[in-house]
Amino acid sequence: MPVKLRIGWFSFTCCEDSTIIFTELLNTHYKDWFKKLEFVHARILRKDDTEEIKEMDVAFVEGAISSDRQEEKLKKIREKAKKLVAIGACAVLGSPSNQRNFFNEDQTKEIKPILELFKYKEKVMKLSDIVTVDENVSGCPMNEQVFLQIMEKYLNA
Amino acid sequence: MHNIDTDFDINLDEISKIEGAASLEIKVRNKKIEDLKFSISEWKRFYTQAIRGKPATAVPQLVARICGTCSNAHLLASLEAVEKGLKVTPSPQTMILRKLLYYGLIIRDHALHLYIFSLPDLFGKNSILDLDENDPIQKQLLEDAFAVKEVGNQLSIVIGGRSVHAPMPTIGGFLKLPKLEDIKALKPKLLEIRPKILKLIELFAKDPSDFTLQAPVTYCGLSSDDFSFLEGAIKTSDGVTIQEKDFGTHLNGVIIPYSQARGFKFDGKLLMVGALARINNDKDRLHPKTKESVKAYLDVFPSHNLFHNNLAQAIEIVHTIDSSCDLIDGLNAIENESPIKIQAAETVGVGLIEAPRGTLYYKLEISADGTVKHGDIVVPTGQNQIVMERGIYELVEKLLAVDTPKDQIVYEIEKFIRAFDPCMSCAAHFLRVKWR
Repeated sequence: MPVKLRIGWFSFTCCEDSTIIFTELLNTHYKDWFKKLEFVHARILRKDDTEEIKEMDVAFVEGAISSDRQEEKLKKIREKAKKLVAIGACAVLGSPSNQRNFFNEDQTKEIKPILELFKYKEKVMKLSDIVTVDENVSGCPMNEQVFLQIMEKYLNA
Repeated sequence: MHNIDTDFDINLDEISKIEGAASLEIKVRNKKIEDLKFSISEWKRFYTQAIRGKPATAVPQLVARICGTCSNAHLLASLEAVEKGLKVTPSPQTMILRKLLYYGLIIRDHALHLYIFSLPDLFGKNSILDLDENDPIQKQLLEDAFAVKEVGNQLSIVIGGRSVHAPMPTIGGFLKLPKLEDIKALKPKLLEIRPKILKLIELFAKDPSDFTLQAPVTYCGLSSDDFSFLEGAIKTSDGVTIQEKDFGTHLNGVIIPYSQARGFKFDGKLLMVGALARINNDKDRLHPKTKESVKAYLDVFPSHNLFHNNLAQAIEIVHTIDSSCDLIDGLNAIENESPIKIQAAETVGVGLIEAPRGTLYYKLEISADGTVKHGDIVVPTGQNQIVMERGIYELVEKLLAVDTPKDQIVYEIEKFIRAFDPCMSCAAHFLRVKWR
């Protein structure tokens, strides 16, 4: 049996549109990918048997970072993943999940109690503000062709 | 005899196989629930604040980003709100194309939930990845899952340019119209997946899962002659009919005593929206071919077994296949219509559609300069929140009473939450619930 590529799929602050695109790409790729990929973490597909982040060859990460807890988790993912790929506009650029960063005074005042109560970060951050990102798949949702090229590259590495 | 813990804690950090992130904490002491917290762990993105001051015409593409899976529901509901406000009436061709786009969403979204999230539970598996490829039934179901999703996906792509955040639908029409031959080519594909869904219905009909809330529930949904999800008036299981524009006045935002969050009731009653509500209220309005094919399974509706939401979703997939085929047959040409031109005006518009998970409500106040003054968005998972949380509580109480082991309780809770098909990405407007 050839060794499978160990991947993780993680979502932070976003609408999870790229997760949906990924599940739609499975429609035509699942036969190949299920043979070659081991889904170490993928909440959309399976319940994890442990809370620990496990070692991975590639971590695909969508969404922006809104809280310290998310930041810690992202750093753990980075530690455990040989490669980290930012998936979609929120992960790559922070937008549109970071729209509150650009709110005017009134809007900011209005959301302040929620930010304080739930310990939001002052500003929403893109992944590369916090960790080293090896590859970017931009787009809202992610650009399918770019994702497929990157997946192909890692599968053949 | 097995030893049953009388004191234990359940901490589910991220509930799996649902849309978005939710968590659950339960404290059980002496076989009684001392504390139960069901939290939406999504971080808010503040869309209702963000749309203020933006041109109303730009809002639909922005709010589509509230949710990845039902983005086209947000798109169409917000388009309707702007159009109703500015008195734009879409052409019959636009409505046909929007329905086809939408039926594509219903097929792929319900299929994602039923095959990928819920089906593994029926086989006692963690994941669709664990289905046994050496078992011909499970192997076929795996193939069916992706074949069905793909047809829904393609239907949305052909009509809207993409199945997620479709770029082509716009105020008063389409920026780019689909080609007739591409639409016609979809019909054989739709017919190919129809028998697969009938098999899925048989499977979910046999699911012995059964849970009925003790308190009475009002089922609510948009009702139209053709069960189109997009048009009509709100109909309730209490026999009340309400116009779309008045729906908001019947929704009561509820501050739950044990909660920091706002749930919703309907005229003071417990409210449930979604496929179960729609089929409970409107099974007679399903497509005639659907009714014929699934008549053995329609007798259970109206049903109060909340797990029948799965069966209702599967029936809706057949209905959208049959309705799509009719619409495709009826199309003989795509007229080269440009989007209707709009004139800015100070106005208020309400858009209301049935998202896959239930009624989705947009109310937009627009200023004379064409920008949004205020927006109100009520999503299905918000409306189902009170029923869902009450259900978790009652379910856990029931399981504790019959000495159910902790692991089994966790499994049953997750299965129950999944049956609602909640969408936490949408629902990040309510924050935290604390049971006392």
